[in-house]
Order: sequence, then C-alpha cells, then structure tokens
Amino acid sequence: MSMELIRGGVKKVVGYKKSSLWTQVLHRLMKNKMAMLGFWFLVLILLICIFGPLFSKYANSRVDAAYINQPPSSEHWLGTDKLGRDVFTRLMEAGRISLTVGLGSMILSVTIGTVLGVLAGFYRGIVDQIVMRMADVLMTIPNLPLLFIMTAVMSEWKVPAEYRLYIVMILLSFIGWPGLARLVRSQILSLREREFMQATEALGLRDSRKLFIHLLPNTFPLVIVAGTLNVGGAILSESVLSYFGLGVVPPTASWGNMINSANSLVDFQNRPWLWIPPGLAIFVTVISINLLGDGLRDAIDPKMKSR
Amino acid sequence: MEDHAILNVKNLSTHFFTENGVVEAVNHVSFSLRKGKTLCIVGESGCGKSVTAMSIMGLISSPPGKIVDGEVWFEGKDLIRASKKDMRKIQGNEISMIFQEPMTSLNPVLTVGEQIMEPLIEHKLLTKNQAKKQAVELIKLVGIGRSEEVFKSYPHQLSGGMQQRIMIAIALSCNPKLIIADEPTTALDVTIQAQILDLLKNIKEERNMSMILITHDLGVVAEVADYVVVMYAGKVIEEGTVFEIFKDPKHPYTKGLLKSKPIINQRNKRLYSIPGQIPNLIGLEPSCYFFERCEHRMDICRRKLPENSKVNHDHQVSCWLYDKSEGALS
Repeated sequence: MSMELIRGGVKKVVGYKKSSLWTQVLHRLMKNKMAMLGFWFLVLILLICIFGPLFSKYANSRVDAAYINQPPSSEHWLGTDKLGRDVFTRLMEAGRISLTVGLGSMILSVTIGTVLGVLAGFYRGIVDQIVMRMADVLMTIPNLPLLFIMTAVMSEWKVPAEYRLYIVMILLSFIGWPGLARLVRSQILSLREREFMQATEALGLRDSRKLFIHLLPNTFPLVIVAGTLNVGGAILSESVLSYFGLGVVPPTASWGNMINSANSLVDFQNRPWLWIPPGLAIFVTVISINLLGDGLRDAIDPKMKSR
Repeated sequence: MEDHAILNVKNLSTHFFTENGVVEAVNHVSFSLRKGKTLCIVGESGCGKSVTAMSIMGLISSPPGKIVDGEVWFEGKDLIRASKKDMRKIQGNEISMIFQEPMTSLNPVLTVGEQIMEPLIEHKLLTKNQAKKQAVELIKLVGIGRSEEVFKSYPHQLSGGMQQRIMIAIALSCNPKLIIADEPTTALDVTIQAQILDLLKNIKEERNMSMILITHDLGVVAEVADYVVVMYAGKVIEEGTVFEIFKDPKHPYTKGLLKSKPIINQRNKRLYSIPGQIPNLIGLEPSCYFFERCEHRMDICRRKLPENSKVNHDHQVSCWLYDKSEGALS
C-alpha cells in the first residue's frame, strides 16, 4: 500500500499541469498582502475607467453651460469644471487614456528593449557596441528635457490632438527601452555561458531558435517585473507632459492635463475638486502598480528580496 | 585499418589565450576511432579530455580558445575547417554529445519533450506531430515509463538519472553515427551510473554507432571500451586496446592510474595515489610533462619531450623508458 502511495505522489508531481513555475509564483504572490492590495486596486481602477463612462449621462465631455464650476453634489459627485463638464466622468475617461498610454508604452519599450538586449547579449562584439552605445547616449540625456524637446517639436508640427496620444506612447517607449535592454543583455550574457546553451550548440540548432526559444523565455521573469514597474513610470511621465500641455492635450482628457487646472490660483484655492481627484488617481494607480511589481519580483525571485 | 576509421584526429592542438599566458589545453593529440567501436579517453581532471571532445564538436568559443593546429576527419570532412553551416548539419545530427551535468544541460524553462523535439525538427525536418511521436518513442527507448507524462514535464521535475536519460534521448534523436559522452555518469550516484552505462552500451550496439567516452573511472573503461587513450597535461601519453592497457600498462602514469583504482575483495590500508599535481599548462618546458611525479625519471626526461614509440601493433606509449632510438641512449 505504501508503494501505491509513493507512486501516486510521483504521478502527481510529474502530472503537474504546464508551467509549474508560474503556479508557484502565483502562490507566492497571493501570500503577499501588499501586492494583492495593489493588484485589486488596479483591477478596480481599470474596471471603473473602462466601464464607468458607459453608465454616466455626462460621457463624451458633455458641456453644460448652466453648471460651471459647481462643487460636488449628488448630481455631480466631484463637481464640474469651468466648461460645465462632470469631473468624475472626465476622471474616468482620462484614466482610460492614461492607462492606455502606460500599458502601450510598456509593451512597446519591453519589445524594443528585450529584442535589442537579447541580440546585443548573444552576438556581443559590434552588435553589442552599437546597441549599448545607443542606449548609453539615450540614458545620459536627462529624460524630462528630452521629452520636452521632442513633444515641443511635435506641437510645432501641429499633430492632431487625437494622434498625440500615440505619439506620446512611442516617445515614452523610446525613452524607456535602454534600461530594459541593459537588464536583458546582462541576463543573456550570463545565460549564454550556461551549459544548456552549449548543449544547444552541440545540437546544431540555428541562432534564431537559440535566441528566441532557449534564451528569451529565461529572461521572462525579469522582463515581467521590469515591465510592470515601467507602466507606473510611463503613467507618471505622461502626466507630467500633459500637465505642461505637451503630452495629451485637451479636449482629450488625461490625468495630467486635468491637474493643469491647479495652475490658476483661483482654481487651486477655491475649487480643489478639480485637481485633487486626478492627483489621487495618479497616486493610487502608480503606488498600486509599484506594489504589484515589487510583489512580483519577490515572488519570482525570492533571492532578490534581500537587496 | 585507417579506412574503417569513422573519426580521425590528427595533431589536434587547442590553446586558450588568457591574460596569464597561453594555456595549451590540448597539445598535438592524435587518435582514430573505428566504426562501431568505443574509444575511452582517460586521465585526471584538467588534462584536456573535455577540451578534446569540444574541439571535435566545434564547441570551442573563441576568444579565448582557438584550435591552432590539426585536423579532425569525419566521413571525408575536416571538421576543423568546415564552415559554420556545414558544421551545424553535423552537430546533433551525425555527431552528438552527452554532457557531464544533466541538471544544467537541460534548459529549465522548456519541457523535456520540446527539447527532444528540437533536433528532430531542425535536422530531420519533421512536423511537430511526427516529432512528438518520435520523442515519446525515444523516451521509452531510454527506459522511462510514463513517457507521455515525462514528455510534458520540466527538467526540475525529474531526477538526475532521468535527466541524463533524457540527455541521451536528445543525443540519439537524429540517429547519429558518433556519440561523444563527456563523463556522462560523474554527476550521478553509483547505482544509476551502472544503469546509464548499460543503456549507452546497449543502444550503441543496437544501432551500430561509434562512441567516444570520456571518463576518469577505470572500472567504466574496462567494461565498455575497445580502445583506450590515456591523456596527461594535454597530450596522449599512451594508447592501445583495452586489453593491452589493462594487462600490460607501460607508462608510469597509466600504471599509477591502474594502481589507484580500488579492487574489490582486497584490503588495503590506504588507496594508492600518484603524488603531486598536474603541471600548470601555461608555458610548458619541452620536457616530459609527467617528469615531476614520475618514479622512474631520468635525466633525459627533464630535457626532451618523449616521442611516440610502438610497443606493438595495438599499443603506443610516449615515454623515454621505452624509447629505443638513439636520442634516449645519450
């Protein structure tokens, strides 16, 4: 009978459904209360932003001249702005934009960063030099001034307001890839010396297979963590740019250009409902993302925790 | 005899160019392997056994390593001078390699099945479904039951012995003509070692493959080898049929190796060990490299590198003790 038990046990271990690494990570992540808090907050924010406007009668920036600069009331939960738009609805619509920019630029910069990092780390030599020197140059220029210049040029070219969103996304990922490329490259440099890579060499596999099937998946844990934290950074940068009127511009709402109203002293002192909600939204979103990212890092690589 | 050789290594020299100097890891090594036979390369750690194997496979990464001289003939092709593209068609397809540490030689993020399928898809151009079928067959062949389950599992879910079986399955996947096994049993415990060796031996005989087995375990050599090459400090110091080497070892080093092997049913207070260590492989003087540790050293050993001298048809040794040319007499 004991034999039976043992056999059952072994079967269970081997029979573990695919990607047991990820189930383990998930388990560890679920135990981390702060990370889960961040996660649920994010889910909540996402749901509100995506579905909220559908239930609002003030959607699509409906202007109502009769209700200008109203304080919060049961009609307008967070009051109205100087054009009579409902701030709460606008906040949700802005959230869509800000989150899209954050996620979009993360995906773009992760793609660029990992592909270039993998190539640089694997081929070394001249490829490495070109990619890494490009990254170095980008990293030596402080990000904000660079972004300001590029967005100012964009304003000069009179890019239509609805496309600015995408251009901001591309610019942010342009700024964001070097850090990731470095991270991935360093990982690849160590991975390529590992024995299993020598084994692939001995099997005569082609380079593309070695790169994208053997090496790349090994960097996923790292990339996922870096990518998550990247979203927070991108949302912040987008807000900064929009606040200065260089990123997403009105009438398209974004959390950054909503806070812009705090620029006038009257609004700042007398109408806090205009700038506190978007500020809080940015704060909560970015903190949640960071908590989740940190939790992910701890869950994926417990050794890094002691750092 | 030479015509039947599947692999012919001539004068192979692999050096590593490091900051401290040139490491002559493999130094004018020659041997040949006949079809269907097993050749064992023995020697202690750091004497160039693995580097020899890696040079044959074209796995020396340069820099720092470089094959400075020599030829490796395999089926009418010189592997040293073959282009990268040609080499890739041979690697894993006609010659395959089994590594020392199965735990680190399998990619942790890919399932075992995916890794067995890879060479099949790459070299035999099978579709995914065909490759899968064959991979499951291979897992069965190397003696693992529940092959379907193992196919889907990740390397860390298997024991060391099972991982080594998988490595063997990968090496066998394309039905190679030559298998190079680099200390395939070093990382495994003794009971598993015997199983793995039996497995290798059986499959080799079944498929009429040739094999180069690198080991420092003379028990293993006695069991599987047809021909033995003894290496020391990057050089071949003695070679011969397994029978010759065990019955009548010539070189003091080979004798020492055989003496330092435990013998069952014989009580010794202390196991014999050859005194001293392998010399530093950087900047070797033209002397017999075993000179410092040798019991029978002579004056000439310090001054001159011994040449290969024939003991008989199947046995060569490079030691001044057996050199009958006039250089030795002076």
